[in-house]
Amino acid sequence: MIRKALLLFFLMSNFFLPAGAQENLLDQLKSESKTDPDWKRPTSTFKAVRLINGHTVETRRKGNLEFLISHRFGRVNTGAYQFFGMDQANMRLGLDYSLEEWLTLGIGRNSFNKMYDGFVKIGIHRQGQSKTNLPISIVWVSNTSVNTLRRPELPMNLERRLRYSHQFLLASKLNQLAAIQLMPTYVHQNLVRERNGENGLFALGAGASYRITRSVHLTMEYYHRFTNGNNGNTNPVSFGVDIETGGHVFQLHITNSQEMTETGFIPSTTGDFFNGDIHFGFNITRNFQLRKPN
Amino acid sequence: MKNIILTIFCLLTLVTARAQNYKTETGEVVFFSSAPVEDIKAKNNAVTGLFNTETGSLAFLVPIKAFRFPKSLMQQHFNEKFMESDTYPEATFDGKLTGYSQSETGSQDARAKGKLTIHGVTVNYDISGTLLIEGDQIKMEAVFPVKLEDHDIQIPSVLFYNIAEEVEVTANFVFEEIKK
Repeated sequence: MIRKALLLFFLMSNFFLPAGAQENLLDQLKSESKTDPDWKRPTSTFKAVRLINGHTVETRRKGNLEFLISHRFGRVNTGAYQFFGMDQANMRLGLDYSLEEWLTLGIGRNSFNKMYDGFVKIGIHRQGQSKTNLPISIVWVSNTSVNTLRRPELPMNLERRLRYSHQFLLASKLNQLAAIQLMPTYVHQNLVRERNGENGLFALGAGASYRITRSVHLTMEYYHRFTNGNNGNTNPVSFGVDIETGGHVFQLHITNSQEMTETGFIPSTTGDFFNGDIHFGFNITRNFQLRKPN
Repeated sequence: MKNIILTIFCLLTLVTARAQNYKTETGEVVFFSSAPVEDIKAKNNAVTGLFNTETGSLAFLVPIKAFRFPKSLMQQHFNEKFMESDTYPEATFDGKLTGYSQSETGSQDARAKGKLTIHGVTVNYDISGTLLIEGDQIKMEAVFPVKLEDHDIQIPSVLFYNIAEEVEVTANFVFEEIKK
């Protein structure tokens, strides 16, 4: 009898064990699955490589060329005669090329002051990167600009035309909707407007982006300048909306600054945003994949 | 009586001993979208799968972020806008393979019936494909359409490049016997 019971037990186990195993194939897969550390990274922190006037931590991957067309119109409070600023426009044409995901080089030409600019953007750390698990992305941007405007009243050598800026960009994607960024910045102008003006200027920028839909984000950007004398300059403040349409990002914004490079809008903004000195502007970026991704 | 039970027991033990699990860690899934503006093709070589020859149970797991696109920005949009892969990091299949013979050596037809979960939405599928048993390897291949609508995958209205409403998915798995 005992032997029969034992046999029955074995029989039962034969029937039920495979059935149990079969139920759990997918669960078994899930428990065994390895995840590539790269998959934990947020796919992007911001929609575009520019927040509004300044850079974001966003860089394109290897072999991507980004063509940027940016406009800043005149002040809205100049009235109907100037068509609320639309009659005047400053333009910047720029090219950003990502040699590697962590290394982007860029050049640009601004109609304001007939200025050329060039920058190098180096990714130091990526949010969610394996090993460190630090929830922020860190990027370094150094920018140089040459003002080529002819000024007959002043002997202008190359030295006087140069301005530099250096920035750390620290950004964090907080969740699916929001991202924030801090930008400690140093700007050096070889030539300042006033005799008592400072050549070196420290500023701290702060920016944010908030997702409205999968393709539309709201953005804001503010730089606080740490300076003794303002000499009529103000802190640049901007609000914008990013619309992404595939290979293009359309960025529409209102800002109190006319210039579009760090060496310009940080030390030389003159508009008082809350007094109506608002410029409407836009950036349009177009992406070209020049080399195949790995 | 005792002998009969013993014989059945022995037979069953034999069957269980012969039932084998097969596994793949490098399964390939390709999706192809044909649209007037642009054909888009993406490849994923990090699919894992398990197959039990005794029960016919078949399961596979597709990590969405492992799809590789010819354009890196396209890959980003695929993850962010279509698949929302931070929320739904994987697609899974859980089902059974039927209509094949384990003793046949050449290429043969088979059907996989089961639940396919993409973008967090589970839909019952009946997929026909081919199966090839070769030594301790089992090769499976199938091509089937997936309607984006079925899985609640929305195409953003402002997106310039079109993705077809229905994409073609090709699965190509080489299962290897799990040695115990």
